[in-house]
Amino acid sequence: MTDAADLRRRTADLLAAHTPGTTDRLDFLRARFDAGLAWVHFPQGLGGLDAPRALQAVVDAELAAVDAPDNDPGRIGIGLGMAAPTILRYGTEEQKRRFLRPLWTGEEVWCQLFSEPGAGSDLAALATRAVRDADGNWLVDGQKVWTSSAHLARWAILVARTDPAVPKHRGLTYFVCDMTDPGVEVRPLRQITGEAEFNEVFLTGVRIPDAHRLGAVGDGWQVARTTLMNERVAIGGARTPREGGMIQVASTAWRDHPELRTHDLHQRLLKLWVDAEVARLTGERLRQQLSPTLNSVRAGGTPLGQPGPEGSGMKLAFARLAQQISGWEVEFRGEAGLTYDDWTLRRPEGVDFTGREAGYRYLRAKGNSIEGGTSEVLLNIVAERVLGLPPEPRTDKDIAWKDLPR
Amino acid sequence: MTLTTPEPEPDLLYSAEEDALRAAVRALLADRCDPATVLAGLESGRPHDPGLWRALATEIGVTGLLVPEGLGGAGATAREAAVVLEELGRAMAPVPYLTSAILAVTALLGCETDRAEVADSLAALAEGRTLGALAVPLTTAPGDTGPAPVRADAAGRLTGRVTSVADVAGAGLLLVPAEGPGGPELHAVDATADGVRTEPVTPLDLTRPLGHLTLDAAAGRPLARGDRARAALDRALLTGAGLLASEQLGLADWCLTETVRYTGERTQFGRPVGSFQALKHRMAALWLDVASARAAARNSADALSGNDPEAPLAVAVAQSFCAPVAVRAAEECIQLHGGLGMTWEHPAHLYLKRAKADELALGTPGRHRETLAGLVDLAAP
Repeated sequence: MTDAADLRRRTADLLAAHTPGTTDRLDFLRARFDAGLAWVHFPQGLGGLDAPRALQAVVDAELAAVDAPDNDPGRIGIGLGMAAPTILRYGTEEQKRRFLRPLWTGEEVWCQLFSEPGAGSDLAALATRAVRDADGNWLVDGQKVWTSSAHLARWAILVARTDPAVPKHRGLTYFVCDMTDPGVEVRPLRQITGEAEFNEVFLTGVRIPDAHRLGAVGDGWQVARTTLMNERVAIGGARTPREGGMIQVASTAWRDHPELRTHDLHQRLLKLWVDAEVARLTGERLRQQLSPTLNSVRAGGTPLGQPGPEGSGMKLAFARLAQQISGWEVEFRGEAGLTYDDWTLRRPEGVDFTGREAGYRYLRAKGNSIEGGTSEVLLNIVAERVLGLPPEPRTDKDIAWKDLPR
Repeated sequence: MTLTTPEPEPDLLYSAEEDALRAAVRALLADRCDPATVLAGLESGRPHDPGLWRALATEIGVTGLLVPEGLGGAGATAREAAVVLEELGRAMAPVPYLTSAILAVTALLGCETDRAEVADSLAALAEGRTLGALAVPLTTAPGDTGPAPVRADAAGRLTGRVTSVADVAGAGLLLVPAEGPGGPELHAVDATADGVRTEPVTPLDLTRPLGHLTLDAAAGRPLARGDRARAALDRALLTGAGLLASEQLGLADWCLTETVRYTGERTQFGRPVGSFQALKHRMAALWLDVASARAAARNSADALSGNDPEAPLAVAVAQSFCAPVAVRAAEECIQLHGGLGMTWEHPAHLYLKRAKADELALGTPGRHRETLAGLVDLAAP
């Protein structure tokens, strides 16, 4: 069993063999992966050491101390947060070996082809079709929307309909899609901030070899749920220091601008500060539950890469806080709150919730309660899966997808 | 196999020992403190349930958790005491645990524990033989340590009046902050001594009685003076406030659990009322509040269990967050129980009364946010 001392030793060995300052960035990242120090809770040979997830902090601290290059997690969040845990859980050995290393080093960016114009909250109603050809490979046609990083991506995780004659949840299959296929067309989708962080993706006769199928034919929904739960944890569960993220920006603004302070804004800021600190602690508690350390080993933890519905709660809290804090800040800034930094259509490489000016943050945060599961759907998930309350009445559950009214 | 991990983060979970302690307390309360029993005892005129207190003290030995083993206690920490308070809050148990086993014990621990007077008192409180009460208004917040309303003369005679002291009626040992000739002092006073009088108050929260304490040249035994007396009082209030968050958590958790259970069973319009989305969303939002309160309360208990310099911040965060959550949980519990929630017979009102009184106890949420503003450099305009 790996412990902290062992990890420090392994990290020191890595640094001795690959001095960060003189080693090429990509060579260093590959060496780190091969040493099992990429994500220590992953299996040996796949960038990890089968160690408790909590021990990753030991490695990260040692590497940060010497300013070693990182894999720019902000740029490859979809791969790290959604694709990797899904591939780890459902992929074949060959798929894991092929995809995980370049995913982690950032050589290959991933995107997520899930949402469609007619299938947002009701994702299982999606219409993109995958048809099997004579050789057993797949041809895909359809349209996806709200795809982050599609313009940078080498690969996509894709859910498509392989059997329209069964009810919607049962006829889906999960694939890895090659974004360089000539049938893939990516168009920027401009949003209310002025920038185009997302894309529409049109799929026309895209070829996918059967070797790039993840999970069994017809099991796509089950595989997708793993991705979605990880997505909520990724959105709501990023580890932040005390007074980190959005509340840091607001607190700093308060300290820097005594001339703008009012009693009302002070009261509201203190409430938000407390809410942000408690949200941080709640996320920390969830992480401790997912990755037991020895001083509090829990039985019955969730299996690797499989957060429970509690992650939906974190995502709800994150969205509400981001909106309240950014709204507070626009109001606090007075005349500056009437201005916007730049409406130019840009193509950001990653999402930065705290970058730019107050107006941008306020507008971008509006998406936090929509993307990755709307707050209304997440409340249903908590009510039904955590609290066990009766499910919503569903009229489409037992009807073949092809017969659903559209 | 031992894992040594860096511990930059507090331990926010429950250890196996804490889970076992919880199970023991919960089993005892299920046996002796069901809602019907609590309701029946409310108007009995007794300040608390002495049989239940004895069982907590002798059968499972939780009254001395905060007292070191060498002084006759269990030598546990605030983490374990917090688990007990969660269960007492969940059961709305009418026992003076917060006042005697937390506030009074912590005040004594801030004095010189090698003095016989202090050590004997601690042993008596640890065993549950004696009940202690810290003579401050229940609304006092950590840091609210201005001049005490009681004056001590050079001979240790105490005169003054302290209003709204929690659980004072049943207490044998009164710990009285006083202003002496040379500044603040902390005295021990026997409740039966001459010149000691308590008058009961009709409380909003029937499960935590209040009384006004009047001292008229009552004999006090000084336990600490000056900065030591002030620090002992402050640590007691900080510990009380920080652990009150766990009582509020247990209370809120009961309200949520009971509301989910009831709305799943109660049928209107041909379906369980808990299947209506408006109600489901309210309960889901409450679940998130309770899950968050649990993290805040655990963080506070963990910070109080060592000598963590960040304890005041953790306590201020926990109190300002958990108090409104408990009130909201109790208010939602009443509303979502409909007419049943408005009956005396259903225990929901006990939880509302406790939650609302707890919101004022040991500092309001706003008062704790003021403290926080100073701690995190967010100065008022």
